Amino acid sequence: MKMTRQEVEHVARLARLALSEDEVERMTGQLDAVLGYVEKLNELDTEGIVPTAHAVPMENAFRADESRASRGVVWALQNAPEATDECFKVPKVIE
Amino acid sequence: MQLTDQTIHQLHQRLSSGEISSVALTEAYLQRIEQTDPEVNAYITICRDAALADAAAADKRIAAGDIDLLTGIPLALKDIFNSEGLRTTCGSKILDNFVSPYDATTVARLKARGAVILGKLNMDEFAMGSSNENSAAGPVRNPWDGERVPGGSSGGSAAAVAARQAVATLGTDTGGSIRQPAAHCGVVGLKPTYGRVSRYGVIAYASSLDQVGPLARDVEDCATLLGAVAGYDPADSTSVDRPVPDYLATLKDGVNGKRIGLPREYFIDGLDADVKCAVERAIETYRTLGAEIVDVSLPHTDYAVACYYLIATAEASSNLARYDGVRFGVRRDEGEGLIGMYQQTRAAGFGEEVKRRIMLGTYALSSGYYDAYYLKAQKVRTLIRQDFLDAFENVDLLLTPVAPTPAFKIGEKVDDPLQMYLSDIFTIPVNLAGTCGLSLPCGLSADGLPIGLQLIGKPFAEDELLQAAWAFENATDFSQLPQLAADR
Repeated sequence: MKMTRQEVEHVARLARLALSEDEVERMTGQLDAVLGYVEKLNELDTEGIVPTAHAVPMENAFRADESRASRGVVWALQNAPEATDECFKVPKVIE
Repeated sequence: MQLTDQTIHQLHQRLSSGEISSVALTEAYLQRIEQTDPEVNAYITICRDAALADAAAADKRIAAGDIDLLTGIPLALKDIFNSEGLRTTCGSKILDNFVSPYDATTVARLKARGAVILGKLNMDEFAMGSSNENSAAGPVRNPWDGERVPGGSSGGSAAAVAARQAVATLGTDTGGSIRQPAAHCGVVGLKPTYGRVSRYGVIAYASSLDQVGPLARDVEDCATLLGAVAGYDPADSTSVDRPVPDYLATLKDGVNGKRIGLPREYFIDGLDADVKCAVERAIETYRTLGAEIVDVSLPHTDYAVACYYLIATAEASSNLARYDGVRFGVRRDEGEGLIGMYQQTRAAGFGEEVKRRIMLGTYALSSGYYDAYYLKAQKVRTLIRQDFLDAFENVDLLLTPVAPTPAFKIGEKVDDPLQMYLSDIFTIPVNLAGTCGLSLPCGLSADGLPIGLQLIGKPFAEDELLQAAWAFENATDFSQLPQLAADR
């Protein structure tokens, strides 16, 4: 087994996903199968191979640092689940 | 011939001669959608009023002599494209109430040419899937056989073209999400080279692999749509600043003297007999058209699916961190603090496949596993990309099947994620290499299901890809349309 229940619970916490007991159970088996499959990458010797992050080689893209009009707060808040005083409202962070 | 059976270039003639109006054409499409969509489920949102307003505006432009190939043409968009004022769900419950505040660059470019947007198309949630079964809006049914999947993730985009619910559509392709559904629905689909088309305003799945492309009734329409959306966009720093060729100007140049490679790793034992036969006949057609057929090898092909499912899920786990119930989308708060709100929102909002991929990606990036999984996969990606660059030293194009089988049945692979992932075995390497690929119809199986032929081109050689596809399309006749219940 490459994947244990405890690991699934740990990764779910990192990913901010509340999983049900059933989901933990099912996902442990499914992720274990996928990790078993991806194991085959270890058949390849990749010593000294440069990793590819982007297939098209490119340099950093810079633009001129110029001020432009922005769309404004009302526009930015139009899809907010909760907003107040021109801010996104969230549950209390600090007691 | 029905109005709704026609191509962009045919309809353009009739619009510019004044024989039909865009409003009449748009009404015909809206009626067709109403008749057929209970059967297909290709649309998540139908934009009747906005489409008719777009059409009326297009008619005004046409009357004033201002007509482009796309002016007045009814198109539809995968529900992954932000489109101002329209609901954009990305096939997810978590964006159920989301209304786009702006247009993706590609959408803005279509609108500037006077295209009419009929609506937003069904898809696998966050473009994760190969069957369109992972949608909060329910599965799309293949217009050729309602018990079968249309492919995914752009299943709605392919099915809508096949069912004549739009003249052409836009989709996105991260591991085959345009080409595989195009093959399963018998339409033409093109995944451009990474960087050819702007991703700005397209909801991100795996940012180093995602690319926007057209699905259409024929190769010429595909070329027209690509020409309309391609090109540098300062708002997408990964879009590439190089001129967009006039794809239509070279479309009919033929394949005489072209060298077409057959990667031997793509003609494997598991290949369906009908698919193999159709692709072999296609090879003969190209020989007859004057192309030289050459055997080539892409030795790392067998590692592509494993490589993809680490890179794509890692990028997805990062991209999907934004769905936290704070700035947009659905929030679930049961009074357990901020972290609890995140966890409950994401648990309630994401479907099973999305959760699975976030979990896999988070694991591959997590402390202690990063080198073994993510970094390893990025190194293997280099080898896969190099395979293609080496092959293109000797050939102009590669020819392969799109998928190992025709469309499979709804429900057949839902309980076995690994089998589902393996249905993208021939399309995934193209995304990892960052180059371009096209799917076009090359026959029907014994069960009457469409089979797709894949052509793979050099980076930024979409013009050559379209030329070769057009030559095949005009030498053959696979333009048969599926009969829906509504047509009988």
